[in-house]
Amino acid sequence: MAEIKSEKWKKINKSKKERPEIQEYKDWEELSPIPISLPIKGSMGETGDWRTFRPVIKEDCNKCGICWMYCPEGVIIRKEDGSFEIDLKYCKGCGICAKECPTNNIEMLRESDIKDG
Amino acid sequence: MVETPKDFIQKEENVIIKGNVAAAYAAKSARVQVISAYPITPQTTVVEKLSEFADNGEMPGTQYIKVESEHSVLASIIGASKAGTRTFTATSGQGLFYMHEMLHWAAGARLPIVMAIASRGPAPPWNIWADFTDVLSQRDTGWMSAFCSSHQEIYDEILMSYKVCEDHNILLPKFVAYGGFILSHTSKPVIIEDQDKVDNFLPPLLDEEGWPHIWMDPKRPMMFGNLIMPSGFYQEFRLKIHDAHIRAKEKIIKAAQEFKQLFGRGYGNGLIQEYKMDDAEVGMIIYGDLALQMEDAVDYVREEGYKVGMVKLRHFRPFPTEDIIGVAKKVKLLGVVDRATAFGSQTGGPVSCEVKAALHGTKDTANILPIINGLGGREVTLEQQKNQLRKLVKFNETGEVPKDTIHGTLWDCLLEVK
Repeated sequence: MAEIKSEKWKKINKSKKERPEIQEYKDWEELSPIPISLPIKGSMGETGDWRTFRPVIKEDCNKCGICWMYCPEGVIIRKEDGSFEIDLKYCKGCGICAKECPTNNIEMLRESDIKDG
Repeated sequence: MVETPKDFIQKEENVIIKGNVAAAYAAKSARVQVISAYPITPQTTVVEKLSEFADNGEMPGTQYIKVESEHSVLASIIGASKAGTRTFTATSGQGLFYMHEMLHWAAGARLPIVMAIASRGPAPPWNIWADFTDVLSQRDTGWMSAFCSSHQEIYDEILMSYKVCEDHNILLPKFVAYGGFILSHTSKPVIIEDQDKVDNFLPPLLDEEGWPHIWMDPKRPMMFGNLIMPSGFYQEFRLKIHDAHIRAKEKIIKAAQEFKQLFGRGYGNGLIQEYKMDDAEVGMIIYGDLALQMEDAVDYVREEGYKVGMVKLRHFRPFPTEDIIGVAKKVKLLGVVDRATAFGSQTGGPVSCEVKAALHGTKDTANILPIINGLGGREVTLEQQKNQLRKLVKFNETGEVPKDTIHGTLWDCLLEVK
């Protein structure tokens, strides 16, 4: 009969300074007793895979930043020149930016159409 | 740790208090840091006494959170416990059912919360009196559960519970249950221990570093208990909870030993407490307040010349399987008294089912006679308990199942309409 030794789990919180950036483990016995996730980019995978519609910023954008404020995933990035870029690796294509854009300068295009050319 | 003003430092004293007040004193002695509770009969006076302590400044390091429901009680306590504080709450019957969702969250998050429960019967029919169906029906939430049979035991068991729950290799929440009104609202002498002694017994309060498995730090945020896909570690995390329960047994035994050394009061091995079982031919397994009176019943029936004994079940989760097997090897017949129901199960009583399951596969163990009595706070007299023992003796001698069993279980003292 197998005996498991749950004491094997790594104490992830020995001290404030030692709190890890990411939990490392060889097998499940080393996992801390509750499921935790330390927030790092992409901890749930590349969520851009979920997208059906892709937001595309048109040339007439006046750089007001409203899309940047409204994006629930924080994937709209303000560049040094003040213009905006969308991180398509993580953008789920919810369309909130397009809906909120006051000058209608974000267009939602079907991914399959883009891929088909 | 916040220093207690000199006038309020607890010295050892013998006071006559209600069971609920004993629970409140235990929380105070344990230097609980966050309390959240919502009043419900018969638990209400726990809350009242604690708010009195907090208001008087007798618990200067304690935050008292007022909320609008039991669901929020446990939600707020879970948050407080995650931050690394010692937490306490209390409830009863319907209030416990309202907490049910959060009970799973507390156990799944491995938070050592201790909850006093003045047990009451579930409605309908509406009922506020002693019946352990409330706590026993939370069987699979992952909480440990203990039963007390005296006022002193309520105080003592809460202290022992913190010791076990906060062990860094256990980290589980626990119920400490006692019969509503029978213990919660009657007064008896209770020894409240010296604060220094309690401080020595319990693990120290955590510093700002928090528990070893979890932290709350706005500068270093963390997400816990989030989604695990079917291919992820869900099954392994569940196994870890079960494993912690099994390992908690030896910690409970150790805590009971240490408690006895330090304070001089012992409760069997912590998991079960035997009474006159060594030379007994038949025995009774019983839990909660009725166990104390059963000791008297055993003495009386022994005077009649019958070798009877009893076992007080102190813990239901983790279930002391090995100890119960040990007891069942000593005698030929065991009665198992439930003051609770498990409808549609093999016996109708939750603990008798559990005892039967524990004995399965082990040879030369006792037969089981399940007994259900005292539901909804109905009085169980000493005479009734003596008769239960006499029925066991007769069953053992003749081999005839008592005539008044229904579906194999003795539903003792059903009302007769005259």
